[in-house]
Amino acid sequence: MITIIDYGMGNLFSLSSSLVRLNAPFIITSDPEIIRLSDRVILPGVGEASSAMKNITNCGLEEVIKNLTIPVLGICIGMQILCKSSEEGDTECLNIFPPKVKRLRGEGIKVPHMGWNRVFNLKGELFSDVNEGEWLYFIHSYAPELCDKSVSHTQYGEIFSSSLQCKNFYGTQFHPEKSGTAGEKIINNFLNIK
Amino acid sequence: MVAKRIIPCLDVNGNRTVKGVRFNNLKTIGDPVLMGINYARTGADELVYLDISATSEGRKTFVDLVKNIAREINIPFTVGGGISCFKEAAEMLNAGADKIAINSAALSSPQLIKEISSVFGSQFVVVAIDATQINGCWMVMSRGGQIPAGKKLLDWALESQDLGAGEILFTAIDNDGTKEGFAYEKIAQLSSVLSIPVIASGGAGKAEHFEHVFKEGKADAALAASIFHNGEISIKDLKCNLLNSGLNIRI
Repeated sequence: MITIIDYGMGNLFSLSSSLVRLNAPFIITSDPEIIRLSDRVILPGVGEASSAMKNITNCGLEEVIKNLTIPVLGICIGMQILCKSSEEGDTECLNIFPPKVKRLRGEGIKVPHMGWNRVFNLKGELFSDVNEGEWLYFIHSYAPELCDKSVSHTQYGEIFSSSLQCKNFYGTQFHPEKSGTAGEKIINNFLNIK
Repeated sequence: MVAKRIIPCLDVNGNRTVKGVRFNNLKTIGDPVLMGINYARTGADELVYLDISATSEGRKTFVDLVKNIAREINIPFTVGGGISCFKEAAEMLNAGADKIAINSAALSSPQLIKEISSVFGSQFVVVAIDATQINGCWMVMSRGGQIPAGKKLLDWALESQDLGAGEILFTAIDNDGTKEGFAYEKIAQLSSVLSIPVIASGGAGKAEHFEHVFKEGKADAALAASIFHNGEISIKDLKCNLLNSGLNIRI
């Protein structure tokens, strides 16, 4: 069973709809017991980092998430809170991925970074059969730095980690559930990780 | 870098996509969900759905429709048309909308922008601005372009940005429906003054207009309705043309 963690960060309808379209059964919950018994876990989220961390703590999920050994996918803010820390609200995060999350910077760039951008240097199972330079949908103002756990790069002003992988933890800054057929492919790849 | 976006806009009345001149003589032109699926398949970058029913009954139908859109469509979409308070915005979020567009309600109560964006994030809030030239000055109009709002376009756009808008959807009323091109100069000015993306609307008639609105108008996205609905321009061909003209376009 796939679990989508509901920690009060935004709407889960798009993500659950994309799982329905992929015929993947799932449950939406914040119950630690159910999360521990899942086959894989998705940590979604839209919003602000410090509120996201606060909600994770209030749901008693900090240690639960850190100790998961099944495949975990963080999306957008869900990935950012798996990082070391975030400049947004000066937030200490779960420290599973090494990079810091920083505000997007660059000459003449508009923030939020909103729309379709390309991913390069694709690595690992998440991008199996995904083309180098594929277009995916982004909507964010902060992003993780590049590091040796980056499994894709994207440029907006500076180049940042548009996805990360560390052991069983995966994270995407883009929204695969909003990225057309390419995004569905990436979700499907995550669901098929052995 | 981020691609320039092409956004078809669908006016919805009840369960139908409609087309009408100034909201009169509404003619059904298709099913909103099926049209959206088709646009997503042919390369639309986002979709905008506007509820023009303006009745409480119509609004209920629209919320159900938003759920159906979210179930079926795998690209982002914005919903708007008569969203008047925080509660209605939240209702749209829970129905699966990625963004909401607010217009008249924000003009009568600017704090609404802050109220919504501070809870759901700036990326969720598009402020739609309709403006027309009055004595050479671009002035904001409210209530579907009917009533002067007493604000200058640039002032209101900046105020919206400061209050937490994530994007501005600018419609040049005088260009709207003419098919003679966008208000390039004003769009360029808005785009350089603002630090948030600008969606240009009003006046699209042919492929070159889109090229100009991105190159001269510096728009981040361009929105059009009828030329896409009646098949005058296919999104696929349009995007190929724009790519060949040297623009950064998702194909």
